[in-house]
Amino acid sequence: MKMGQSFRLAIKSLLTSKMRALLTMLGIIIGVAAVIIIVSLGNGMEQYMNAQFEQVGVNLIQVMVFPTGTSREVEADDFYDLAEKYPQYLDSVSPYLSATAAVRQGADEYERTSVYGVSETFYNGEKNQTVNGESVAQGRFLSYVDVEREQKVCVIGAYLDQAMFQGKGLGGTLTIGGSPYTVIGVLKEKADSTEGSGDDVIYLPYGLAGQLGAGVGMQNYLVTSTSQETSSAAKGVIERMLYRIYQDEGAYMVMTMAEMMEMMDSMLGVLMTILVIIAAISLVVGGIGIMNIMLVSVTERTREIGIRKSLGAKGRDIRGQFIIEAATTSAIGGIIGILLGILLANLFTVLAGVLVSGAEGFAAIPTPGGIAVSFGVSVGIGVLFGYLPANKAAKLNPIDALRYE
Amino acid sequence: MGHLIELRDVYKIYQMGDEAVHALDGVTLTVDEGEFVAIVGQSGCGKSTAMNIIGCLDVPTCGSYHLGGVDVSTMDDDQQAEIRNKMLGFIFQQYNLIPKLNVLENVELPLLYAGLSSSQRRARAMAALERVGLAAKHRNLPSQLSGGQQQRVSIARALAGNPSVILADEPTGALDSRTGREVLSFLQKLNAEGNTVVLITHDNTIAVKARRIVRLQDGKIIYDGDARDPKALVQPAEEEGEVGV
Repeated sequence: MKMGQSFRLAIKSLLTSKMRALLTMLGIIIGVAAVIIIVSLGNGMEQYMNAQFEQVGVNLIQVMVFPTGTSREVEADDFYDLAEKYPQYLDSVSPYLSATAAVRQGADEYERTSVYGVSETFYNGEKNQTVNGESVAQGRFLSYVDVEREQKVCVIGAYLDQAMFQGKGLGGTLTIGGSPYTVIGVLKEKADSTEGSGDDVIYLPYGLAGQLGAGVGMQNYLVTSTSQETSSAAKGVIERMLYRIYQDEGAYMVMTMAEMMEMMDSMLGVLMTILVIIAAISLVVGGIGIMNIMLVSVTERTREIGIRKSLGAKGRDIRGQFIIEAATTSAIGGIIGILLGILLANLFTVLAGVLVSGAEGFAAIPTPGGIAVSFGVSVGIGVLFGYLPANKAAKLNPIDALRYE
Repeated sequence: MGHLIELRDVYKIYQMGDEAVHALDGVTLTVDEGEFVAIVGQSGCGKSTAMNIIGCLDVPTCGSYHLGGVDVSTMDDDQQAEIRNKMLGFIFQQYNLIPKLNVLENVELPLLYAGLSSSQRRARAMAALERVGLAAKHRNLPSQLSGGQQQRVSIARALAGNPSVILADEPTGALDSRTGREVLSFLQKLNAEGNTVVLITHDNTIAVKARRIVRLQDGKIIYDGDARDPKALVQPAEEEGEVGV
């Protein structure tokens, strides 16, 4: 009942001096908007990343081996044997070597093209899907014979098909590291068919990639587990095999996509926390602004406080009135900040879609939790920083306050 | 039954540097229910201090003050606030209405602090405004009313809480003589209806409207008696030392 009147009074005094109210609330508005934007961006980024991981396949396991030269090296056959031994965990195994060879077609050189050496197991014919999530649009993928005999054939991405052959790449010829290769397959468009994107890619038999100087002193394998749940079991059996061969945990590294996803999420979480803390500093500054104005307001309204006290207002009534006023001011600031934050988050989404290629799936999404917390924090700041001025008002001597001009 | 207001040997001493100023210097005063008392004296005589103590805005340095039989001289701030709310109605020289609140909200204030529900507040505030003849203006802001009307609103506010004592501090000081007379006759009417009124003024012509006069000088009571007694209006110091002021 007293609260109701205090609240109406607070609104009234905000409305009578709009400019002053706006300036008082500015710190809170900026702080809350910043928090909302950061949380939205973080949320959007996490969802975008998860979507990207899922596209690649959450069952993917990446194996890196750094040969020590002191023992025998692990070979692709060791992995094939392992896959046969543990069909319940391992679905497919393929070497995955990144080659650094010059790619040419005619007089043009393609410097940004990614060249990978893989085996036939990199591609699952039943699902028409590679381990990286690509599918074949024309022709076929590398076969067992191609890989075994190290035939100079390759599968190219949609970008190269267009750029080199104007869409008629199947059967065409290009040179990699000086040797001619025949195109036996063209992949379906995966990214946005631009230079350097996921469509600017060549797959060739891994033995040939080795000769091209791929991964000197290092071996890479891509393994898929039967499901996301079995990925840690699959990781276990691979690590046991590698340890048997090298007797040294430093000689290899096995990373599951699920682990990487968790790692990225936790890294993003840390980053977001730091940014939110920085934004929260502006909330504190906003709170100090409110305290400042409330102290001025208490002085201006000394006589009113005296009148109220003479009519029977107790210390807590006066304190409550000023705290409610401070909380109302910061809560309204918080609401404006939330609206501004949502608006800017949507603007970011639109801008990211327009300005950043490959960011089509990205959307900065404000979370209801983030909004609720920002609102709560802004009210809390009002109460916290309103307390000192309110207490000053509550302690005024009614006689002096009544005489105050 | 005891007296409504009972001050017994009350001192109020302020320390001004090295000097102790006795604003009230052993005042003993009783006021019964239904009385109309004017406390008169020149500025500096201690009447404001007396009004603060009677109004529970201040406590005496020593001596006791009973209001309605309760010792209020040793109460803390919040207890005093409650006594002010329940037993006292203030009328100030400067009206002291809150400019941002409308007439009705101003009159409702003491009822708000008494914890009444909004419908009760409204009913009682409207009844009080009715008594001062300003019910029609209840939505107006104080600044939209004349001085006399504002003072009537402050009287309504003082009445709304149904107090035991109405304490009027120079109620006509800011009004022209005609509206001043109206306000005084309204106070007389309230007294005739049974209300206890304590009027604080420096002006003899106003003091004589009361039924009893208490004259203060240098913190002491120098006259206490019937307002119609010619001696009530004698100001000894004025006559002897300050002629021509």
